[in-house]
Amino acid sequence: MNLPEDRKYTKDHEWLKVLGNDEALLGITDFAQQSLGDITYVEIPIDGDSFEAGASFGVVESVKAASDLYMPVDAEIVEGNQNLEDAPEVVNQSPFDDGWIAKVKLTDPSQLETLMDAASYAEIAKE
Amino acid sequence: MSELRKTPLHEFNVANEARMVDFAGWSMPVQYQSIIEEHKATRFSASLFDVSHMGEASIEGPEAAAFLDSVLTNDASSMEIGQAMYSLMCYEHGGVVDDLLVYRIAEEEFLLCLNASNTDKDVAWLSGNQGSFDVDISDVSDSFSLLALQGPETMKILKNLTTMNLEDLGYYRFQGSDVAGVSCLVCRTGYTGELGVEVFVAPNDAESLARSILAAGEPYGVKLAGLGARDSLRLEAGYALYGHEISETISPVQAKLMWAVKLKKEANFIGKKAIRDEKEAGPKRRIVFFKTGGRPIVRAGTPVLASNRDVGTVVSGAFSPILNEAIGSAIVESIHEDARLSVDMRGSDLLLIPTKPPFVELNP
Repeated sequence: MNLPEDRKYTKDHEWLKVLGNDEALLGITDFAQQSLGDITYVEIPIDGDSFEAGASFGVVESVKAASDLYMPVDAEIVEGNQNLEDAPEVVNQSPFDDGWIAKVKLTDPSQLETLMDAASYAEIAKE
Repeated sequence: MSELRKTPLHEFNVANEARMVDFAGWSMPVQYQSIIEEHKATRFSASLFDVSHMGEASIEGPEAAAFLDSVLTNDASSMEIGQAMYSLMCYEHGGVVDDLLVYRIAEEEFLLCLNASNTDKDVAWLSGNQGSFDVDISDVSDSFSLLALQGPETMKILKNLTTMNLEDLGYYRFQGSDVAGVSCLVCRTGYTGELGVEVFVAPNDAESLARSILAAGEPYGVKLAGLGARDSLRLEAGYALYGHEISETISPVQAKLMWAVKLKKEANFIGKKAIRDEKEAGPKRRIVFFKTGGRPIVRAGTPVLASNRDVGTVVSGAFSPILNEAIGSAIVESIHEDARLSVDMRGSDLLLIPTKPPFVELNP
């Protein structure tokens, strides 16, 4: 399984990559995009909106189903990946890089401790 | 729950990385690589579908045509040998038992192709309505596998595999033939709206035939395609799917399928009176197809609103990879058919754009 070591993971199959300056990128994992199948729509969050950990901040929709995106930690949206509006399939093609969904500002970076590392996530993403 | 049934192509499908799902008691490929890519391959080159889950019934005997005329809405006795026909089979109240294809094999022999989920029900219904007709009705589903090769390159691919004269095979005609050394029934029918064939073959020959078609189709970009693409293709074409646009409670009048109902034929087929009455009175609700102008898919079961009132239900919803937008169909109270229809999409009002199908240009 393709799992970059430089980021944190959630049980909802999202990843978070800390960029420094308390900012981070968010996306869904390769396992998630494979399970969803062809992604046809991503509801991109609005800049400046704040979410608590566990709150739904958007939707990823595939030919099969719509799935909520959950904020892993308390955070504010810095920007959404506008490229996904016309090309949501990029999430299928490059879930860990070009298919990032939002850049966020972490409200409390110490909450990162509650997330999983790649090895722990690999355990729950086994098919 | 009983174990899922497997088609003769099961191992082949799994080896080709199919994602298998439970469909009508069968383990079926919903996709191989990508539903969207498989959909596009069908529209622009060709794709091969394993639809061996479809049921088949044989109707044979001196009164086979007369019997079918008594249970089917379309006109079986007018068919020529070698012809195929779409028909509905209805209840007395006008609701639909199933929709099916009829193939006239011989003067006194017909083959019916049935929805997998309805096959047992259909055969019981046919037998229960046999009355005094001199006819043998048998479920022959285990004798046939069904492969569908669909797309504009279909004939170029087949030409490499058979000596049969494909130019002479008209739309909704079929011929017994030899394809890649395998004896089969080649039918110019399909469920995608594209040029294509459906090929009945003995289960033992199915995998060999599939391999030959894929090999011959490689230069043309043929892809394996699953039930996911089959559904988005049929919806783009505006074709009804049992349990969605037609059902025990959605009649041919409501589904706008009266072209397949011959009220003028002599036979007093089951459901004729109810269908005629509903047609004359005007149906209380109708199937409407819609575009959305956006990507979010309006899923089946979503309530349809007019002036904040619940006036219907979405019955099919899919993403059209050709239009790059979500499309669908809904059953709507007839008096609101021309109203401003919308659905609630995660809290916001989404306008449905009424569209007369097909959604794309078809070239079957």
